[in-house]
Order: sequence, then structure tokens, then C-alpha cells
Amino acid sequence: MSNIPADLKYTKSHEWVRQGQNGAVEIGITDHAQSALGDLVFVEVPDVGRALRAGDACAVVESVKAASDVYSPMTGKVTASNAALASQPELLNQDPYGAGWLFRLETSESADAAVLMSAAAYAGFLADESK
Amino acid sequence: MGLKTPLYDVHVLQGAKIVDFGGWDMPLHYGSQIEEHHAVRRDAGMFDVSHMAIVDVRGGRVREFLRFLLANDVARLKSSGKALYSCMLLPNGGVIDDLIVYQLSDTWYRLVVNAGTRTKDLAWIRSHAAAYAVAVAERQDLAMIAVQGPNARHKAASLLAPPQQSTVLDLKTFCGAEFGNWFVARTGYTGEDGFEIMIPASEAAAAWNQLHAQGVKPAGLGARDTLRLEAGMNLYGNDMDESHHPLESGLTWTVAFEPLSREFIGRSALENARRSGGPELVGLILEDRGVLRSHQKVMAAGLSESVPAGEVTSGTFSPTMNRSIALARVPFPANAAVQVDIRGKLHAARIVKPPFVRHGKALIEI
Repeated sequence: MSNIPADLKYTKSHEWVRQGQNGAVEIGITDHAQSALGDLVFVEVPDVGRALRAGDACAVVESVKAASDVYSPMTGKVTASNAALASQPELLNQDPYGAGWLFRLETSESADAAVLMSAAAYAGFLADESK
Repeated sequence: MGLKTPLYDVHVLQGAKIVDFGGWDMPLHYGSQIEEHHAVRRDAGMFDVSHMAIVDVRGGRVREFLRFLLANDVARLKSSGKALYSCMLLPNGGVIDDLIVYQLSDTWYRLVVNAGTRTKDLAWIRSHAAAYAVAVAERQDLAMIAVQGPNARHKAASLLAPPQQSTVLDLKTFCGAEFGNWFVARTGYTGEDGFEIMIPASEAAAAWNQLHAQGVKPAGLGARDTLRLEAGMNLYGNDMDESHHPLESGLTWTVAFEPLSREFIGRSALENARRSGGPELVGLILEDRGVLRSHQKVMAAGLSESVPAGEVTSGTFSPTMNRSIALARVPFPANAAVQVDIRGKLHAARIVKPPFVRHGKALIEI
């Protein structure tokens, strides 16, 4: 079973969102996603300052096997991106909810209000997907 | 559910992530593809390659038959146990498949062909065999395990009794030996030393487990692909196919044009192609970060825009070189500086001569 922290929100495209203070959110890909992709060898994160709309393809994660787009779960402006992933893409495999975070957004949306899934709903979604 | 090799249950027990490969349920990796890759480069790994088709061809005129069927010349096999890599061609020179042929005796040869092409291969072989009264038998009773890496041969030799161990350890590259219903050959698809072992399907799981106990690491198709690409070896369906002949697939060395008196299927088409020239298969190293993938376009920097683009045929990340590498079919000179279109952005790459890696060492300076 993959790890699905209860305090995060999730998308159907396997991103997670961590709600911070004052409209700041942190975004990454889930444990299920990193496991399905396999060993990651290249990660491209969005530039700081870039304006994103929810659903925009804004990052790329490449495993030995294939390249996959990462979609922004929310609308906002990029305030930080994880530069460590350039030299250590394996952080994303090792710690997808911590050191493997992808980028942070400043947003006027609330992760609670946005069309995101709870941990329980995401677990149910994964169970349905594997049927 | 797809076809299963005799080792399928063992793979599942060992935690393999199973994927469909040409209709077969095969292990992609057992946890980390990159660790499996390094195990083969540094120590010993093993692959279940039982999905490949083993085809025995026998008859008094079998040699004459294979000299007509294959683009390489089995007359180069001077003794039993010797192996040869060859393409099997259409009359227009397109590659039906690539294969290894082993000479087991004067009247008995063994072909190992790709899993995804087995049906068309067998139909093609049979359609020509009849004229030579050659019997064609697919050996579905056999499994095949490739044990590869610098320590692979010594670890694998432990499967055999002591007198046989010295026989297999004395085998030269591209040579094999029979031990009852086992056949052990010093061949592979990784750029490392090792054996490919054909054994009765009923004995496969025991052999696999014994190799595992010797410290041979199970490795999946993922590592097999990165290893073969580092070794500069073609993959059928990517780097060669029925739409491309061997001369534009980096396989000129496998075509025996001499002796001129030997007629073989595809010969006249290849002779025409040799005269007219054409695109070539080359190696690429990406100078930037990123990963080369098949079907990406390759542009020559500084050449006129009328020069058509080339195309990546196989691309991946090289775990040994920590850089992306590829094979590409390009219509421009091999000394051209090139750029590859990766998701709409041009990235600088360098044309190099494969292999990229052999016997654990990068052969090309980054």
C-alpha cells in the first residue's frame, strides 16, 4: 500500500497539496506516483514568478522509463521551486512528501475549497483505479 | 492476462513489477531498475529471457538453408557450439528480425528470435524451410536465463558439476556447450561478460533460486534496456524494423557480402542501398540535462534547413554515465553538431560511435 498522509489534499493526476499560512501551498507528487514511475532521473520544476492556472502542465518528472507532466492543482504564482531535485532526482523517490517537494505557490484559493480530494477520497480513487 | 514464462511465479514472489511485453507478463524491475543495472555492471545480475523463441532447425541441407535465409553467413561457424548474430531480411532488405544462431552440429542449428516477432518469424522460416527439407521445431519446453556481469560466469558455473564447470569457464566469447538437455553459451545483451543458459522449463525455477543464493541479482526488462543501449546494441522494433535495412540500422557489420557467390534473401536490395548511400544509425550523448526518447527529432546545427531531420530510435538515461544517451537515425554527416527537440525545446547533443559502455567502463568522454 502506498503512503497517503491524512493532512494533505490530492488530485486525480497524483499531485499532493500541503496548505501553509497566508495562501501559501506546497505541491509534489504522491508516493503512488513515484512508485509507478520508478527510479526518477530528471526533474524539471517551474521558474519562480511563473503564473499558473489550475490544470497547467508546469513540471516534468522523468524516470528511466518515461517522461510525465505534473499539473498545477491550483491557480497562483510560483514562489519557490525545489532546486535540489536537479542534482538529486532520487529525493522524489525517497521522500515524495518531504525533501521531494516540487514547488510552492502563492494562491488566493484555499486547498480546502478547491476541487481536491481528501486522503480518504484519494485512497478510494487509487483502489478504484487498480480494479 | 498475458503469456507467462516458467519463472513467472518466482518473479512475483521476489516482488517484481510485472508489465506486458509483446503479450508476455514480464518483470520490469524488482524494486529499483537502476540498482539492477549497476549490479550487472559491477557484479552479476540475471534476466528471465524465456519469452524469446528458441527454434531448432535440422536437416541434411540446413546449412545451405540458413546461408540463404540469413544476411550473415553461417559458413563462418566452423565448429559446434559457435554462435553468430544475424538479421533475417525481406527481399527489399527490411529487417524481419535479428537473431542469434548457434551451430549444434552439421545438421542441427538453433535460432533464438525475439518474443514479439515469434509468429511471423516462424511462418517466414517455415515457408522457406520446406524447399530444403529442413525441420523447424519451436522449443517451448526450454526456458532461458541470461546471467550477466563481471562475476556472472563464476557464479553461474556453480549450477554445473565440477568437470562441467571447467568446460563452461573455458568457453570463448560467442561459444556454447551442451550438457545433456542444457545449453550454456557465452553470449548476452548487456555489454558485460556472462552466459545465456537454456534449460528444461521444469528446472528453471530451481536454477534461478540457486543463482539467487549465489548472490546473482534478479534484473528486469527495464535494466535490460538501459544495459543494451549503453552497450550500443539495437532493439528490434526501435532501432530496426521492416521499414529499414541493416545498412541504415548500424548493422552493416552483420551482413556478409562476401563471398559474392552466396545468394541470400535481401542481397540485391542491400547492394543497391550500399551504392546509393543513405541515413545512418549513430550514437548521441545529450550535452544538457534531460532525457532523450525515441521519436524525438534530431536537427543538424549549421546545416541548411532543407536537410531533413533525423530521429531518435532509442533513448534513455545512462546510469553508468549519469547522462542521457540514444541511438538515432540521421541523414547528415556523423561529425555534425546536432540539437534534439525535447518537448519543443532544442537541446545540444553530440554524435558519437557506440558502444557507450563496455565491461563496466564508459568508453566516451563526457
